[in-house]
Amino acid sequence: MPPTITINHVTRIEGHARIDIHLNDLGKVASTQFHVTQFRGFEKFTEGRPYYEMPAITARICGICPVSHLLASVKACDAIMAVQIPEPAALLRELLHCAQFVQSHALSFFHLSAPDLLLGFDSDPALRNIVGLIEKHPEAARDGIALRKFGQQAIERMAGERIHPSWTVPGGVNKPLSADARDHILTGLPIAKSIIRRTLKNFKAMLDDFPAESAAFGNMPTAYAGLSGLDGEFKIYDGALRFIDNTAKPLATVARPLDYSKYIGEATMPDSYLKAPYFKPLGYPEGIYRVGPLGRLNVAARMGTPEADGELEEYRQRLGRIVQSSFFYHYARLIEALYGVERMEELLSEPLITDTHIRADAGVNANQGVGIIEAPRGVLIHHYKVDDNGSITWANLIVATGHNNLALNHSIRQVAEQFVDGAQLKEGAVNRVSAVVRAYDPCLSCSTHAYGGPAVNLRLWSPQGELVDSWPRPE
Amino acid sequence: MPQKISLRIDGELIHTAAGQSILDAAKAHNKFIPALCHMKGLSSVGACRLCIVEVAGVGRLLPACTTPVQDGMSVTTQSDKLRRYRRIALELLFAERNHVCAVCVSNGFCELQGLAKRLGVTNVRYPYTYPKVPIDLTHPRYTADQNRCILCSRCVRVCAEVEGAHVWEISGRGVGSRLVCELNRSWGESTNCTSCGKCVQSCPTGAIAEKGFAVEEMSKRTDPISRLATLRAAGSDNKPGVIL
Ligand code: SF4
Ligand code: SF4
Ligand code: FES
Repeated sequence: MPPTITINHVTRIEGHARIDIHLNDLGKVASTQFHVTQFRGFEKFTEGRPYYEMPAITARICGICPVSHLLASVKACDAIMAVQIPEPAALLRELLHCAQFVQSHALSFFHLSAPDLLLGFDSDPALRNIVGLIEKHPEAARDGIALRKFGQQAIERMAGERIHPSWTVPGGVNKPLSADARDHILTGLPIAKSIIRRTLKNFKAMLDDFPAESAAFGNMPTAYAGLSGLDGEFKIYDGALRFIDNTAKPLATVARPLDYSKYIGEATMPDSYLKAPYFKPLGYPEGIYRVGPLGRLNVAARMGTPEADGELEEYRQRLGRIVQSSFFYHYARLIEALYGVERMEELLSEPLITDTHIRADAGVNANQGVGIIEAPRGVLIHHYKVDDNGSITWANLIVATGHNNLALNHSIRQVAEQFVDGAQLKEGAVNRVSAVVRAYDPCLSCSTHAYGGPAVNLRLWSPQGELVDSWPRPE
Repeated sequence: MPQKISLRIDGELIHTAAGQSILDAAKAHNKFIPALCHMKGLSSVGACRLCIVEVAGVGRLLPACTTPVQDGMSVTTQSDKLRRYRRIALELLFAERNHVCAVCVSNGFCELQGLAKRLGVTNVRYPYTYPKVPIDLTHPRYTADQNRCILCSRCVRVCAEVEGAHVWEISGRGVGSRLVCELNRSWGESTNCTSCGKCVQSCPTGAIAEKGFAVEEMSKRTDPISRLATLRAAGSDNKPGVIL
């Protein structure tokens, strides 16, 4: 019987996952499967709650980027109230979002992925982590910690003394930004910027060291999706959701958030809690698309801030107009972090940023609302339906890791084919399989919030079609 | 002129008027007795059992809010036994409904949460019951979420005794008790409710709240209601020039 190799607990990602690799009789990879084994159920247990509690409830989905859920959720609530929020509130929300991008990207790059990149994929696994990084590359480790702290402190400054989940509320935000807080955040900007500049420079110098990884880490044509502005400029808080194909040809623009479901279908995978969204006009599974840093940069015509624009140009000179290897998520992430810091500077210089018109008041004026934003990991969609009293009757959340689910599966297969050989797993191969998952920076606790899908259902088949094992095991 | 009596509270000799409750007498002498269902100006019902005290010569614990002071009484308000029982009472309140403070509109302002903190309740030793209870969002301005209700009946009393509308009642028994609006209608269908908001302000938890108040925004004020009720009791209602 051909063996199945199971890599349990992909480390250094947020959440839990399992990957099965099926070998054929020749000991080569026949197929792979990526399973998400966590289960949360937010869509179910929010039924009956008042819609305006959704931001705080859904922010609990994720401890890493609660701000993304808050923002998608308040946007969905704004839509239910049918209000246009005051401009200062929109600026403040975007500022908060940028700060969270910076801190989240810092975490992904320095804490989770830099150990592979700086210490090597084949280095001693016991040291291939942030601790090993501190030892070997103390400057990089310090930079990572400092950058994350900058983002986090900015969030705290904005939202008050401590992390205040309800600062962003339906209709706006609930406290204006003080001039003091603004000035304080501004003083931290130059250091944050120089950290990102330095990191980008170092990363670019290393690019040629990973030919095999960049060739095989999910290097495949797919469509891409991301938000962008009227002129195609990069956007993370608002903008329209656009799909492009692998030649940068526009496929669709979702003009009204509510129309998302015309373009995005959701397939349920029999062996994972994670649904697999696909671009509907192309069908399943041809409608595979990628979101997140790679997808966003592919979709955007330009960044819209000076330094990030320069970096985007160079990125495209090096890798082409469409960058298709998921290995370059890291590169794209750094450019986005730079954008985040630059954009924060712009927003903080807006005279309206300390204005006190920050909240629109209204009741239920629409029975459903959709909020779409770019979470650090990619497009995040919250869709709620309410009755006339504002009681949630239905909710659907599509998270970044979900959008990437198909691509993630393809990438795992590609990496496994390249690096796994024979029935014996080598540590370096295991790590590369895990690393391609990390390249997407998947947030698995977010992505399995759905309830009522299939239970964990694992089945092993031999090439002869016999059921070798199954889970849950029959009593 | 009410009769003067003397008693000891935690050993201290206190002279006070007869007819007062132990809770009021203790409060007047700056002694802290935890209380949840009690609200100044409303009748006392002894529902929450947090104000229990020991009275010398009485074999059981007595609720301070409904027990009148008596001449020669000796009351103990703090002891290991009392602390233990009060803790149990609080833990049972948490276990009985779905209190998820982190996403509650009253997080940070809640009397139940505040007392739990003050009395050192860091965990609940009883299994949660996770009941499925109604959330009524039908009122145009207010919400009643029984996930957070502790059945203190402050809303029932303030509505009946101060507003005179008597919208609320408690139906059922024991753990099956539920807050009901009039004859079990939705709040939005109530014909008596004047939308005065007194029950909102009186509810010690996030159970009754104002619509649109997001998580951690629903703070409450009971003193204006207590003052109004006290003035009424003193017969000064509607007197011109009385500033409430
Ligand atoms: S009512 Fe009080 S104790 Fe209950 S969830 Fe809300 S804050 Fe917590
Ligand atoms: S709704 Fe509030 S005031 Fe009324 S019984 Fe419940 S906890 Fe007490
Ligand atoms: S305050 Fe006395 S029983 Fe509740």
